[in-house]
Amino acid sequence: MNVITATVDARGQSCPGPLVALHKALRGAAAGDLLELLATDPGSKSDVPSWAKLSGNELLEASEDSGVFRYVVRKA
Amino acid sequence: MSETTPTVEGTKALDEAAIRELIDRALAEREAKNGYNKQNKITIVAWDGHLDRIWPTLILSTTAAASGMEVNVFFTFWGLFPLVKPERARKTGKDWMTKALGQMNPGSTQKAKLSRLNFAGMGPWMLGKVAEDYKTPHPTELLELARDMGVRLIPCQMTMDLMGVKQEDLIDGLEEPIGAATALLEMKESAIQLFI
Repeated sequence: MNVITATVDARGQSCPGPLVALHKALRGAAAGDLLELLATDPGSKSDVPSWAKLSGNELLEASEDSGVFRYVVRKA
Repeated sequence: MSETTPTVEGTKALDEAAIRELIDRALAEREAKNGYNKQNKITIVAWDGHLDRIWPTLILSTTAAASGMEVNVFFTFWGLFPLVKPERARKTGKDWMTKALGQMNPGSTQKAKLSRLNFAGMGPWMLGKVAEDYKTPHPTELLELARDMGVRLIPCQMTMDLMGVKQEDLIDGLEEPIGAATALLEMKESAIQLFI
């Protein structure tokens, strides 16, 4: 069920890059689709949850592995 | 049965008034909670054309658009000049005074100065270099991005007239110029209003 449909690689980009890239990818996705976002911007730790609240999309996972932040969101 | 169903005219009128009062109170409460007619919209008044003001304006605009908000940016006074096409920089103005102002305040995001630490262009160059290294897009890029994301970029009609800035001096893809009342209406309907 929980299959990730697309990965947005925003590693190396800083604000507002990762969210803009995620937004663009979501536009081509269907409601319920799961998207993975990879980022190195430490600001994304607070910004991705805030973005989810603002946009109404659901943040399912947030993790960090050696400086790379990984987020999984479900399109509303 | 007649004791429990009041038929007196005064009692009926009182009930209607009480119900009306309840409805009014509920409506007032809802309005206080939600704000007046607020929509999922942000309106920014871009008054200052300096690089370090227009930059955060464009970061907020593109982020709001990426969050599904409707975004208006109203460019007025010095804030209008970043919208000037690079090839029209220093060429705006309708008479000697507005032409001189156009010389002193060249226009376009590429020519924008810092509000402090400008040091004859050294400050903007260094900031641009640092931003490039950190992969933060430059305002020139952000302006294009904002436009592509559907951010409504709205020039101020009065500033255009006052400063002698013509439609053909400005970049493509802008909204029709508006006045203060339209800007106020947009702000009134917006959940967030900023003056930068």
